[in-house]
Amino acid sequence: MSLPTISLTPAVDAAIRAHGRETFPHECCGAMLGRDGVVHDAHPLPNTTEEGPRRRFLVRPGDYRGAEQRARGAGLDLLGFYHSHPDRPARPSQYDLDHAWPSFSYVIVSVMAGEDQRLTSWRLKEERSAFDEEPVVITNSPTHQLAKS
Amino acid sequence: MIKILIPTPLRPFTDKLDTVEVSGATVGELLQNLTTQYGGLKQHLYAADGTLRSFVNIYVNDDDIRYLQKNATPVKAGDTVSIIPSVAGGSPAATETLPELSGDEIKRYSRHLIMPEVGVEGQRRLKAAKVLCIGAGGLGSPAAMYLAAAGVGTIGIVDFDVVDFSNLQRQLLHGTPDVGRRKLDSAKDRLNALNPNVHVETYDAALSSENALKFFAPYDVILDGTDNFPTRYLVNDACVLSGKPNAYGSIFRFEGQASVFATTDGPCYRCLYPEPPPPGLVPNCAEGGVFGVLPGIIGVIQATETIKLILGIGEPLIGRFMIYDALRMRFRELKLRKDADCPVCGTHPTVTKLIDYEQFCGVAPHQLEAAKPMMTNLDAVTARELKAELDRGDMVVVLDVREPQEYQINKIPGSILIPLGDLPRRYVELDPNATIVSQCKSGVRSARAQEFLRSKGFTSIRNLTGGILGWIDQVDPSQPKY
Repeated sequence: MSLPTISLTPAVDAAIRAHGRETFPHECCGAMLGRDGVVHDAHPLPNTTEEGPRRRFLVRPGDYRGAEQRARGAGLDLLGFYHSHPDRPARPSQYDLDHAWPSFSYVIVSVMAGEDQRLTSWRLKEERSAFDEEPVVITNSPTHQLAKS
Repeated sequence: MIKILIPTPLRPFTDKLDTVEVSGATVGELLQNLTTQYGGLKQHLYAADGTLRSFVNIYVNDDDIRYLQKNATPVKAGDTVSIIPSVAGGSPAATETLPELSGDEIKRYSRHLIMPEVGVEGQRRLKAAKVLCIGAGGLGSPAAMYLAAAGVGTIGIVDFDVVDFSNLQRQLLHGTPDVGRRKLDSAKDRLNALNPNVHVETYDAALSSENALKFFAPYDVILDGTDNFPTRYLVNDACVLSGKPNAYGSIFRFEGQASVFATTDGPCYRCLYPEPPPPGLVPNCAEGGVFGVLPGIIGVIQATETIKLILGIGEPLIGRFMIYDALRMRFRELKLRKDADCPVCGTHPTVTKLIDYEQFCGVAPHQLEAAKPMMTNLDAVTARELKAELDRGDMVVVLDVREPQEYQINKIPGSILIPLGDLPRRYVELDPNATIVSQCKSGVRSARAQEFLRSKGFTSIRNLTGGILGWIDQVDPSQPKY
């Protein structure tokens, strides 16, 4: 099996970074909708954590359902979720690992002092022991340009 | 058979099906049968102890089973059961990368390690912690020394000043041999002598709107030891904008204040004081003096609160404003509330980036250093010119507007003492037609006296440029400076 990669359109890359800057110093979060490993829509979601949004994020079940419906409506798949790490590196935390779902891509953008820095993507290993980092490709290929919902 | 909807991430374990039909009379039975049929699901739905993972939500139709009968919730034909993920995550906690303690460190911190509130984990938290002290002066000295002794791993210091004799009465980071050195250098030497395990990071700059967020970024707590309003508002706003707690302290004469501002749920300095006082109303320590042991108390309160925040113990000084009166030896506490209308931390903030704080506080840059810039010769006189006039025998009244205790240290021979605060009721003692030169320590208070006397109809009143300090420099070096 080839190494999985995730591709972001430039607009998605920019949207995730902008969301991270906006909510700084708090974490942002959102759903990534796309097809065949290419994210076409970064859909911002409210961070509903009650443990302090500086270090945590939580997507409510209702918002999760909404994201699945949005994907279905647009003829896309739910590929995963993104979130930001304010003033921390773009590496998954133990907490990320404990709460991860299989087969999703988890994109993390590091936002230092309000400026977006590195953006990485991670997938849970099947036995839940750790994440594998997957290469992030910023794509510009017109063949990937699907109509947005 | 009951329909179970499978969310996207679990479909690889159900042969890519988004709906699976399973039999059972309760949710518990359904899930058991589901995971028997599709074994790969088990570890993602259940924790090692066999309970459902907290971020796995099971809905029967539109209701969360947590609010029904949990696993015992009955199901019947026609119901739809959904497995719905809560997606959660977060930044690496400090604990994940906590550094180990060396054998030397275990010996050094043994009195901490045997207390359950600190312990090995707490001490490792302290070692991983980064605290930025704004200023290495009266408050920064005791605070940084206790933080270093306690084992805070990284202490940053922002300061641009040089050690002066007048600092030594209270700024314990610096000793007599350090006079003339950069405060950063003597501070670093002192802290490393106390505890060589501490990494001291120095920033030779005045904190500004341009550099504050960049300086703050790597730090966990900001300790405000500033002595002026523009920097105090700058520290507060930068703390709110970057989400870092502000261990605040300030001192004046015999009174000190302390609080913890800009935590997620707590108030900030602007919730208490949205706007600065009019310029000149509140004198600084250089003008008004400060009781030397006072910053010892307040700086150590700031260090205490900083360490409590790092350890996550006790009741932090959040939403509480501590006022200490050294003369009466009394502590008072005011309750503070987060103000929803606060311009920086409220629900609809109007300050969303750092502004020009000197302008905000009505202080022109460097105005405090000398009051001379916009004055013409009619308004000002230098010490040399004044000396020449006095030597010629001109009829000049030198009006000293300092406090009596300052007058005891040094004075211009023949000067009259009327402290600025007494002037409104004592100006009648002066002849409005006399040629007057007003004078203080450096020229700030005397400029206000000049303004006041003019408003009362005095015609010839000039301000002595540089005050008594200028007089000593230019005319009479035999007198002591303070």
